[in-house]
Amino acid sequence: MSDLKVSIPRPPLTSFTLPLTAVLGAMFGFVAGNVYGQPWIGALGGAVVGAVMAFVAHFMSDRRTVTRWGTIAVLAITGLLAGGLGAAFSGVIIGAVMSWFAYWLDSGAYRKNVPIYYTAGQTLWYNSFLFICGLVFFFLIAPLLPVMWLSFNAEDFFTFTPEMLNFQAEGYSLKHYRNFLGTEEWMTPLKNSLIIAPFATFISVSLGTLAAIGLSQSHVPGRQAIMAILISPMIVPLIISATGMFFFYAPLGNWLEANLNLDQRLVGYMKVILAHAALGVPFVIITVTATLVGFDRSLTRAAANMGADPITTFFRVQMPLILPGVISGGLFAFITSFDEVVVVLFVGSAQQQTLPWQMFTGLREQISPTILAAATILVTVSILLLAAVELLRRRSERLRGLSPG
Amino acid sequence: MADTTQSGPMLAADGSPLKRSLSRTLRRQKLRALLLIAPLLIFVLVTFIIPIVSMLFRSVENQIVSHTLPQTVEALQEWDPNSGEPPDEAVYQALFFDMFKAAEAKRHTQVGNRLNYEQPGLSSMFRGTGRSLDDMGEEFEDALVDIDPSFKTSEFWFELLSGEGADSFLKDRRAKLAAMAGESMRGDIGFAPSAKALELLPATTEAYTDFAIWTAIVEEDVVAEERPWEAVYAGLGVDLRSAEVVQQIASYDGPGAAALKAAVANIDQLPQESFRDMFAESDEDWLDTEGWRTMALYSPDYTTGYFLNSVDLQKTIEGVEARPETQQIYIKLFIRTLYMSLIITGACILLGYPVAWILANLPLRTANVLMILVLLPFWTSLLVRTSAWKVLLQQQGVINEILVWLGFVDDANRLIIMNNATGTIIAMTHILLPFMILPLYSVMKTIPPTYLRAAKSLGATNWTAFWRVYFPQSVPGIGAGSILVFILSIGYYITPEIVGGTDGVFISNRIAYHISSSLNWGLAAALGTILLLVVLALYWCYDRIVGIDNVKLGG
Repeated sequence: MSDLKVSIPRPPLTSFTLPLTAVLGAMFGFVAGNVYGQPWIGALGGAVVGAVMAFVAHFMSDRRTVTRWGTIAVLAITGLLAGGLGAAFSGVIIGAVMSWFAYWLDSGAYRKNVPIYYTAGQTLWYNSFLFICGLVFFFLIAPLLPVMWLSFNAEDFFTFTPEMLNFQAEGYSLKHYRNFLGTEEWMTPLKNSLIIAPFATFISVSLGTLAAIGLSQSHVPGRQAIMAILISPMIVPLIISATGMFFFYAPLGNWLEANLNLDQRLVGYMKVILAHAALGVPFVIITVTATLVGFDRSLTRAAANMGADPITTFFRVQMPLILPGVISGGLFAFITSFDEVVVVLFVGSAQQQTLPWQMFTGLREQISPTILAAATILVTVSILLLAAVELLRRRSERLRGLSPG
Repeated sequence: MADTTQSGPMLAADGSPLKRSLSRTLRRQKLRALLLIAPLLIFVLVTFIIPIVSMLFRSVENQIVSHTLPQTVEALQEWDPNSGEPPDEAVYQALFFDMFKAAEAKRHTQVGNRLNYEQPGLSSMFRGTGRSLDDMGEEFEDALVDIDPSFKTSEFWFELLSGEGADSFLKDRRAKLAAMAGESMRGDIGFAPSAKALELLPATTEAYTDFAIWTAIVEEDVVAEERPWEAVYAGLGVDLRSAEVVQQIASYDGPGAAALKAAVANIDQLPQESFRDMFAESDEDWLDTEGWRTMALYSPDYTTGYFLNSVDLQKTIEGVEARPETQQIYIKLFIRTLYMSLIITGACILLGYPVAWILANLPLRTANVLMILVLLPFWTSLLVRTSAWKVLLQQQGVINEILVWLGFVDDANRLIIMNNATGTIIAMTHILLPFMILPLYSVMKTIPPTYLRAAKSLGATNWTAFWRVYFPQSVPGIGAGSILVFILSIGYYITPEIVGGTDGVFISNRIAYHISSSLNWGLAAALGTILLLVVLALYWCYDRIVGIDNVKLGG
């Protein structure tokens, strides 16, 4: 399909680009001036800079890259002279935004994504809407960034030091990472998490996959009720699950220790693993049943027709096809266990202290930025997991013959 | 063909009627499906549903009082709580023997703690008196040993009270002791109470039988070789206070007759003080009727007390009444939880709607990239996000630092946006936003963009087209997302605990407090049950609107 090319006329300089860029400049100027207690002078200066920017954009529209970098450099140096590195950094941001804004207006790019018949008001609304969405995305992601930055703090504080803000090398260190990786205080919880989560995942995935296959059969008596029971660990608030498990697992553990002569440590792990496995079940059920909806039943019949017994059919035909669903359900179950703190807090004992537990007590009582190092490592891990799930999803869609994403 | 000539029912290949054959196949299919589901169903029932049900049970269960102090509770039935007088001697006497056993099992402090939830001060009363029980019994012991040294020997008591014919009595004592101590009292104890002794010296035999069971099973000693409890001496003292017993001893000639007769002869040497006075001596408050009223009120096995407590009511002899103003916290906390969850849900709709719209309407490739920005926080550990908000919101945090640096906020008057409701709302909106965006997105994805264009070409303004055509179709998404966010938020614990301070905590924090700090588990269970009911009601709505089968995870 060939797109209809519409040439957008360049807007007038004096009645459109100039005033708008000046207003933006005035806003930046107001904020910058406020740092020195002179917001209105700052606003005036900003408006002048904005006006100059508009002229530059209008008359040097063919040398966009050069002028933009030039603006950034000029504003950065101004900032550096006026208020050190922090201000220089702000100068870079302001320069980038303003030069982009001036060219964006002047070239008519602001109308690129709206129909040609849109009025000025509609165009304004469309762009404001994009801006609002951008702010929400910023709200979603931005909180994670200071955590990563702060995890390289050289001090034992939860706040930014002046050295950090001025990008001096002595303000930064890897000591919190060393502390995380090198002390029992953090390695034991990590080890516990890595013991508990895989076992819990294994239980919920193996039982969950079987049950999901059962649930996807055409005649299941009481399907709704069964589904409700199996999903319930996800619906019931964690604090209630934790309370219930606390009352139930403590005597159960005592009984196991007394009557089966099991080691206390082993029983402690068993309790937490069983509790986490129960919490992970709904995720496996949901993802695997969703995969099974698109499963072509004639494949199993064909396999049976060619003499495969049900077990062979399951492992050779059905399993490879639903594997992406099983794996992403397993990932959800793993994350549920790996990230869970309320239940383990109530059911586990100090020997089963997991990483989230240690982070929780750390946050509540002694504030050490080692938590932030742990957090940064976890964010990195979750990015990797996210990538894995995305790849699996694409593979699953390709296998099932759906349109590629 | 057979089919055409046969007039009977249609037959399957094996000759059985087709109908039966089909229903057999169907049955087999159902059975196979159930067999596949069964392991998980049993697993979830055992590891999850039973614990929840046991929690529900705990919110009304109150057996600790009647199990620990069975005879006291029984004797207390006779007492009129409105009389304004403390109960009579029989109750104090029963309390002594009950408490003595409970103190041996270290259970008296537990019942004290239980009653302390209802009336502060009872815990220390039980604990303090628990320490002086031995002294009370020793007074009897010393007096009896002075009269006749054979009272000191373990063989004397064993011979005096051993015999046969009281098997049902022994069984009853075992059951009572097992209920009190919470452990099994089965097994051989090397002692059998005699029916004759029971008739002659009921209190003594009772105390000695309890002692025998406890010694043999819990302490694993030989009954005949152990000095009995002080309570046994007290039991004899109590028995000798009855004129009838004194009379019967005159004609008694069984084992230990000489010593008993000597005791009767010197009966004035035995302590004459009533148990009521002894208890009053140990703690004045035992004469206070308030404590006894509480005990009478909470003696039944099941109580509505915890539930009344969790809605700021209290149980009194006169009936249910409101708690004093200063103690009313739970209704306020429930309302705050609901109110803040509503605000969080509203904030999530406001922020999530535009984002979901843009994700649903952008070209797929761009939308997928932007989707990662939604999924990344969704996949990031809850604690990471909570600590991020702690970094941002604290007084020396990023937001305050930037505002101070820019000169918008005075250094001395930094914004207080953490450890209060604002902090909880901001942090939880961020944490729960993906749960709003994802269902909204999946609903909006199904709304054809042509509808909007059609509305506009028919002359609708942008706003009318959105409000009358697009918005109504996206309402199911809003409903699904809102209920999901609301359910998740009213049960939240971690985030309010860390950024909520005192003003920003939810009912779940109170439940956790009762579980781990105040140890008032019944109240925690009652609060949890109420919360669970609210969530189940919401879940039912969710099922109605979306259906559980349609829950999607991560796009």
